[in-house]
Amino acid sequence: MRLRDFRIWGLAPAWGIMALTLILPIGIVVLVSLATRGAYGGFDWGLSFDSYAKILFEEDWDGNLAFTPQYLAIIGRTLWLASLTTLICAALALPAAYTIAQAPGRWKPVLIYLVTLPFWVSMIVRVYAWIIILGNDGVIEKTLRGLGLVTDIDSLLFTDGAMLAGLVYSYIPLMILPVFASIEKLDGSLIEASHDLYGSRWVTARRVILPLTLPGVMAGAVLVFVPCLGAVLEPILLGGGKTMLMGNLIQTQFGGGRNWPFGAAIAVTLMVLVMIFLMLNALRARKGGADV
Amino acid sequence: MSDVKRYPGARIFTALFFVWLYAPILVVIAYSFNENRLASVWTGFSWRWYDSALQNRALLDAVKISLTVASVATVIATTVALMAALVLVRGRDVRLRRVSETVVNLPLLLPEIVLAVAVLILFSQIGLQNGMAKLIIAHTAFCIPFAFLPIRARLQGMEPDFEEAAQDLYATPWVAFRRVTLPLIAPGVFAGAMLAFVISMDDFITSNMLNSGGSTTLPVYIFGLIKQGTTPELNAISTLIVLGSLVLATTALILTFRTPSRG
Repeated sequence: MRLRDFRIWGLAPAWGIMALTLILPIGIVVLVSLATRGAYGGFDWGLSFDSYAKILFEEDWDGNLAFTPQYLAIIGRTLWLASLTTLICAALALPAAYTIAQAPGRWKPVLIYLVTLPFWVSMIVRVYAWIIILGNDGVIEKTLRGLGLVTDIDSLLFTDGAMLAGLVYSYIPLMILPVFASIEKLDGSLIEASHDLYGSRWVTARRVILPLTLPGVMAGAVLVFVPCLGAVLEPILLGGGKTMLMGNLIQTQFGGGRNWPFGAAIAVTLMVLVMIFLMLNALRARKGGADV
Repeated sequence: MSDVKRYPGARIFTALFFVWLYAPILVVIAYSFNENRLASVWTGFSWRWYDSALQNRALLDAVKISLTVASVATVIATTVALMAALVLVRGRDVRLRRVSETVVNLPLLLPEIVLAVAVLILFSQIGLQNGMAKLIIAHTAFCIPFAFLPIRARLQGMEPDFEEAAQDLYATPWVAFRRVTLPLIAPGVFAGAMLAFVISMDDFITSNMLNSGGSTTLPVYIFGLIKQGTTPELNAISTLIVLGSLVLATTALILTFRTPSRG
């Protein structure tokens, strides 16, 4: 065995697996999105943009295409909820990570351990917990009733708010860790300098701490935003499947052989949205890097 | 003068943050001891739902399938990731280094639902029927980056001096790797394997997409139960899973930090 050859065959298994299970299949997904729906489920190969047209238009009774906003609304809601989740995660993670970073040395690893621990707990269990909290006769409703504040409330479950709560709760550890890493690198003397120059705590937070920890926040934003765009569990279990996101829209198209080409077209759209986001982020990072 | 680095209310905020982080899990655990059949009506303390959970055949089958898939996927993914990390960190004049790094991390760059759809269509096109084989292939693919990142971090934090010294002493590359490099990066390899295992055990989206009779994993089985409604038995199962995760996470942490890390 020669070391020189190792640099070829050492990478071969990784390339092989990714090519066969990801790169090639994603190519097939693109082809399927251009196929037509088969008569008995599945699909027939072909070259048609019907599935993409279906995202925007609906065929009415005399064969004319009429604009329909229902799928655009789903895409919009997905982008909106994923952005909101990312923002809330950042807003919660920054002060929490900052406080943890200031904790005495021997407490710090314990606190970081406590922050990461929920992430090791199965995702489905963590989403399920919110059903017990928000559901009919759930913890929140019972508490409010016990305090005599309400007699009966509309279900908190199956709302956009419930999905948001579940998404933030699911992905917050992915935001905290990178934010913590960049706060740890923060030079404390810069905060003192800002104070010496009569910067208030709030001004220091906004003009000194936030810009310096932005790389961590952006790294966390990628880790939170991308999986949020494809969330499936939260819309089904907390959104009740009534208000769809792109994730469960794709899922339902493939369940029971409903409309594979349309599901593939939504999946390709999702993939394109993620690529646009990652490219914008890479561009921003490069520009930011040149400034410093 | 008060410390300018401290913010008023930050500690209370962080305390509340931790309460919020743990309260939902604690609620599930508390409700699992409810004696009543209706999950939301508390009538008394009882272990009975743990009894019924541990005698639930379908649950135990799902656990067995999840453990099998996760174990096989972890071993393959960690081996592949270790080889890739050795080449990409240590290899000299490796062609396509940047592209290769991206390819290894590809599953992290896409929402999982896209990958799930991709493998579903692939398996239907090549006519692969075996449910377990489908799960193992798909899980191996998305576990590779999770195994890769900790191994790469460990290798990057380690100077190549020791390996070079071993080679100066006429160790073959294989001996140098087995006797010098591997023991030094063992914590990273272990952390990577642990992460891959947890990611596989936890996976819902892909496993649900590939679900067929005889290959229902634990999260997919639980998902089915949740859709039927909240029950105390479901709470007991969830509590057992939480317990399992805590043991796993703590073991991982202790083993990773027991070996003093260098650099």
